[in-house]
Amino acid sequence: MSLAQILNIWPNSPVLSLIIALLVAVFLLYLARRPAHKAIYSLSRVIHNAFRLMARSVLSAEKKVVERNNEVLLTAGAKAAERMIEREFHRVDAVVRRDMSGYPALQRKLADQVTHIDEDYRESSELPVPPADWVKAVETLAKLPSKGDSWVANILGEIHKTGVSQYKSSMEEYRKAVAKRHSLLEKMMPYWRKLSQTLNQVDKAIIGLHERTRVVDSRMGEYEEIRNKTDKAAHMLTASSMTQFFISAFVLLIAIGGAVINFNLIALPMSEMVGGGSYIGNFKTSNIAALVIILVELAMGLYLMESLRITHLFPIIGQMDDKMRTRMIWVTFTILAILAGVESALAFMRDRIAADMQALRQALASVETTQPVMRWIPTVGQMVMGFILPFALAFVAIPLESFVHSSRTVLGVAMAALLRLIAFVFRLLGNAAYYTGEFLVNTYDLLIFPPLWLENLIRSKEQETDAKDSIVKEEVS
Amino acid sequence: MKKLLAFCLLSVSLLLSGCPDTTTHSQGVYMLLDSSGTYRMEVKKAQAIINYLLGRLQPGDSLAVARVDSASFSEKDIIAKMTFDRRPSVTNQQKRLFKQKIDGFFATVKGSAFTDITGGVLQAVEYLNETGSGKKFILIFSDLKEELAKGHVRDFPIELSGCRVVALNVTKLRSDNIDPREYYKRVEGWQARVQAGGGHWRVINDLERLDTILAE
Repeated sequence: MSLAQILNIWPNSPVLSLIIALLVAVFLLYLARRPAHKAIYSLSRVIHNAFRLMARSVLSAEKKVVERNNEVLLTAGAKAAERMIEREFHRVDAVVRRDMSGYPALQRKLADQVTHIDEDYRESSELPVPPADWVKAVETLAKLPSKGDSWVANILGEIHKTGVSQYKSSMEEYRKAVAKRHSLLEKMMPYWRKLSQTLNQVDKAIIGLHERTRVVDSRMGEYEEIRNKTDKAAHMLTASSMTQFFISAFVLLIAIGGAVINFNLIALPMSEMVGGGSYIGNFKTSNIAALVIILVELAMGLYLMESLRITHLFPIIGQMDDKMRTRMIWVTFTILAILAGVESALAFMRDRIAADMQALRQALASVETTQPVMRWIPTVGQMVMGFILPFALAFVAIPLESFVHSSRTVLGVAMAALLRLIAFVFRLLGNAAYYTGEFLVNTYDLLIFPPLWLENLIRSKEQETDAKDSIVKEEVS
Repeated sequence: MKKLLAFCLLSVSLLLSGCPDTTTHSQGVYMLLDSSGTYRMEVKKAQAIINYLLGRLQPGDSLAVARVDSASFSEKDIIAKMTFDRRPSVTNQQKRLFKQKIDGFFATVKGSAFTDITGGVLQAVEYLNETGSGKKFILIFSDLKEELAKGHVRDFPIELSGCRVVALNVTKLRSDNIDPREYYKRVEGWQARVQAGGGHWRVINDLERLDTILAE
């Protein structure tokens, strides 16, 4: 029996049949109202609770991710701060070694200079003998009147002469003594200058040391904050990681550009070695060979930077003893230099092949071949680029390390944000399920509004009758 | 663990040094030049196509140019053939030599009484199969009007699987102008023959678009 046959209650009258069917349906829905409401509510609550549970578990995962991120960030920050403090201490040590190790000599120098100045000062402090007082007495005697007595006059003249000569000689001695004193004081000047310069040196060293100690203090403050796991330290490190991430990504992009240029420099001449028509899979063998050379250069650069302890990507290299590390530095540097030489030669070969191809194309196109002016400039340029690029690529290790370290934090932050978003979506869906249940219940009631209206009418009548009965009962009582 | 490491190392070394695939990516081109009647006047165009091919083909590719004469199923009709060296510098020298041979031929080209295109195609298939090229092209520079000498049998199916047959510069004959159906019938006849042999058929009359000759 088909649905149409079932609905064809009143034969030959589909409208009447439909009305009857609707009335029956409304009545049946009215009868099933309570269990239907319960079913809708329970379903919506199940979905709502399930989504809430999922949201909660995602949020708990997000919390764990955030905690782990903080842990990683603070550990990395603490290590970095330790390294910086260590470096600052090394610098302080270097300053102390450089400046303070010279202090005994400096002290001796200072003592010598002070002794010299002291001696000179003492010598210059001895006052010269002043002109004798008796000269005045001789002069007084010389001025006495001889009263015409030639003998007395001669005596007085002799006395005067003697007085004058004595005066001259004593003044000469006095002048000499003063000049000597002045020369001693003059000799003191360079010592004073040297003393001043030496003290300036000491002052500079002390100021430098003071500045270093201030830097150490500030680093120690940061380190202390990291050790105490404060929010400020976490925020600071996160911001720093983000900056590092974007800067290193930018530098890596530049390096990729360099690698692409390098690849184009050596891919064509490599076909001269490994063959231009051979393939590995869908890729030309010459291209793969060129790529391998560039990757080997990158690897050598990584090892070199690691051996120099500039980067710390491979702890096993950093932990090597100094002798082994030095050997590794030389080995990697030599390989890098050889590869740079090879690349330079390949760049030269590329230039020749390209020129030959160009000449062939011109011949095929029946165009007159022209020799470009200053042809050697691009040749030399390509060779220089071929030699320099491998060394430039070696430095990729530095941004790569920063990128690797900072990407842990950035990925962690992104993961936490994603989890938060998922939790939000789950909660949204849960609430949507809850209110959809409410909506369905209301719609259900809307569909069966006639019996509900009747029910409400009957109930209100019953309530009115009950109320009247109770009033009558109260009055009777 | 050691076995796994050895396997990985072996795989990498094989990948990097061994088993280079030289056949599947190489191209083999066999060009048939119709030298009959009025087609001798079209040599300039043929020369331009050959020069284009020389510029386009890569180390490891093969190129042969043969004339279509009264009995073309013969090595004697091959004007020049060459499988280019894997080194680009040597390839360039080979291309120069090839061009010299072709220029020499065009300087002394003579017309033939009959046009045995089928024989030329058979010779082309033989040559291309010998080169072991991954992509095989047969270029027919002709008006596609076959005229066979008495006694020559050519009305049998040709095995052309894996070959791309490109008809170039299919000129319209005077009779085609009177009744164009003849032209279409001729082209469709060749198309049916090539496709029945498992080949791929294409016609390029606009020689300004030579870049489509070796297209997939």
